Amino acid sequence: MTADAGSPTGAARRPPAGTAKGKRSLGSRLAEGVSGGLVRVFLIVVGLFWLVPTIGLLLSSLRTPRDLAASGWWEVFTQPSQLTFDAYEELLKNGDITSSLVNTVLITVPATVLVVVIGSLAGYAFAWMEFPGRDWWFLGVVGLLVVPVQVALIPIAELFGEIGLFGSFLGVILFHVGFGLPFAVFLLRNFFAEIPRELLEAARLDGAGELRLFARVVMPLGGPAIASLGIFQFLWVWNDMLVALIFSDSGSQPITVALQTQVRQFGNNIDVLAPGAFISMVIPLAVFFAFQRQFVSGVMAGAVK
Amino acid sequence: MTSASATGASPAPAAPKSRKSVTGTRRTVAALFLLPAFVLLGALVVYPIGYSLVRSFYDQSGDGFAGFDNYQALFTDDGIRTALKNNVIWVVFAPTVATALGLVFAVLTERVRWGTAFKLVVFMPMAISMLAAGIIFRLVYDQDPDKGVANAVWVGVHDTFAQSSAFPKAHPGRESPLRPAGGGAFITKEPVRTGQVVTLPLVGVAPDQMPDDAKNAVAARPEDGRITGTAWQDFTRGKGVGKLGGVDASELGYAGMKIEAVKDGKVVASTTAAGDGTFTLPAAADGAQLRLPADNFKEPYNGLDWLGPSLVTPAIIGSYVWMWAGFAMVLIAAGLAGVPRELLEAARVDGANEWQVFRRVTVPLLAPVLAVVTVTLMINVLKIFDLVFIIAPGSSQDDANVLALELYRKGFSEDQPGVASAISVFLLLLVIPVMWFNIRRLRREVRR
Repeated sequence: MTADAGSPTGAARRPPAGTAKGKRSLGSRLAEGVSGGLVRVFLIVVGLFWLVPTIGLLLSSLRTPRDLAASGWWEVFTQPSQLTFDAYEELLKNGDITSSLVNTVLITVPATVLVVVIGSLAGYAFAWMEFPGRDWWFLGVVGLLVVPVQVALIPIAELFGEIGLFGSFLGVILFHVGFGLPFAVFLLRNFFAEIPRELLEAARLDGAGELRLFARVVMPLGGPAIASLGIFQFLWVWNDMLVALIFSDSGSQPITVALQTQVRQFGNNIDVLAPGAFISMVIPLAVFFAFQRQFVSGVMAGAVK
Repeated sequence: MTSASATGASPAPAAPKSRKSVTGTRRTVAALFLLPAFVLLGALVVYPIGYSLVRSFYDQSGDGFAGFDNYQALFTDDGIRTALKNNVIWVVFAPTVATALGLVFAVLTERVRWGTAFKLVVFMPMAISMLAAGIIFRLVYDQDPDKGVANAVWVGVHDTFAQSSAFPKAHPGRESPLRPAGGGAFITKEPVRTGQVVTLPLVGVAPDQMPDDAKNAVAARPEDGRITGTAWQDFTRGKGVGKLGGVDASELGYAGMKIEAVKDGKVVASTTAAGDGTFTLPAAADGAQLRLPADNFKEPYNGLDWLGPSLVTPAIIGSYVWMWAGFAMVLIAAGLAGVPRELLEAARVDGANEWQVFRRVTVPLLAPVLAVVTVTLMINVLKIFDLVFIIAPGSSQDDANVLALELYRKGFSEDQPGVASAISVFLLLLVIPVMWFNIRRLRREVRR
């Protein structure tokens, strides 16, 4: 798009020496207008490409199984009367789905809080305490950033089996915390290290001990980084399927696993899958739209993960 | 521990430490702050690495030492080899396509006022689970063009350029003057003569499938020096066949049916039936047999089998790009914001066109960002699991296999933990260069 629209612009734009910017020829401005128009059309088409799949899911979730089997979701544009909340009503009567939604919350919230708290403690220690080999230990944690979760699946499954954590909420939560910590420590240590020394010294002179310093000065100042980390970890755990697939059982499975079991019979279960998937997306999307800035800065910092 | 002298304990005069503890911490306090993190990291991340490494050298029961047998399986087991091959395809294409798209989007959104809204739309899929994305794309890739939007669009484009046939299931009925001519075509049993009226009755087209311009069939009139006739649906609804081989008023003509006159294997004349099914052929067709070519009876084009064995991996990569192009775009846009505008403007004043500015100035300046984005996506793609697990239907999951999926199968449904451990160690080895790079980059920063 840039290529074919660009060359006429460039040719027309090559000005005689000294031509001011405002005096460009009509032709060059025309060419620019055309290329601007092409860019707009291209971006609109791409935007539709990105929106249509999600809209398809939403509209599919608002139709009856009979309509779904008979025709495509786009038929609702000509027959809006097909729209119905029946599938959602059915879904909320489905005990497996509702309890798995609760399970998702029961897994996600503790896994997020624990990572933030434990990561902050360690991040602060790495940033402001003195102990032998501090920076080497920290580099060791950084090295763990890219360890694939796959490495731990079999060993931890056996470990949890032996100590009776297999299938429990705690097991799933602990696994998420373990693999969330390298990023948490990395992000928070770097952020805490930027806190001006004077602030900490002033608090120290007021007689604050290490724990008080941490709770009253470091944690509040670390707000932006903690928010980024919290959102990142929240979405990561909420959206996880693989870890829960292995470590949860039918009593502790989150929504992703509950829906996954229905995928095998995709065509027959679409009336459960479409609204279920949409419900599972609502919270992450709300978090995403509410905290875009923190999310983006988390993504930036996490580019190494 | 011994390395402490290099960083912490003994003050290095060249690099004064600015982050000395303000409280003069005792080591026990530091240990307490670090303990929870170290215990969890040790038990859940470090220990499994060691365990997997050891486990990968033992046989499936875990009792006997197996040497490199499990690693050998990586290259001999059919399932793993397919997974390996697909992983290479993934790692080569998914990150580069996502990064290239991200770059194009980042550059172009700078030129429109609603760039932020566009970025939001493209970035949004990053917030949802791969399971949800998988379900979304199962719907998109549905084979039936009446249900899957990908095939609906594809068939729409295809049919714009290639005429589809109108009578896929039409065939001669009882006592028909037509016989199959091979390849799906039908031909008259007898040669036709000028002045003769030919009947070409067929059956088998569902009423709602008839072309919109089909009218009630009319019996053709004989004409001197020409051949006339009717091609129609010899079937009266409710009564079955009206008059067998005769044109009944309630029966519909095969509007648009192609008819060829064939003499000695050569087409000497051809025509198309009108709305009422009538057609006329010139004298040249005298003594020829009339053939209804196979084009008339082709099955309608049904689109691509997106989730079939050959297309399933590219199709799933497409869904991955949908999820992650936004990630590339946001990081590249941040990099782009740091590019000095004067440089681009100077290149334009020097007579470079927009493509040249992009190719020679923007891209080289962004090279570090592009590298980080691509490497990040490569690590991510190496571990791809959910999308393949959800999108690939059971019938083509073997063809779509990737290492992480194969590890899951071997470890948790085929009871081969030795081989699964070897796969996990292999995955770990692949990310070690990145691990090393991260540590090196940070060591410089930490030492400041």
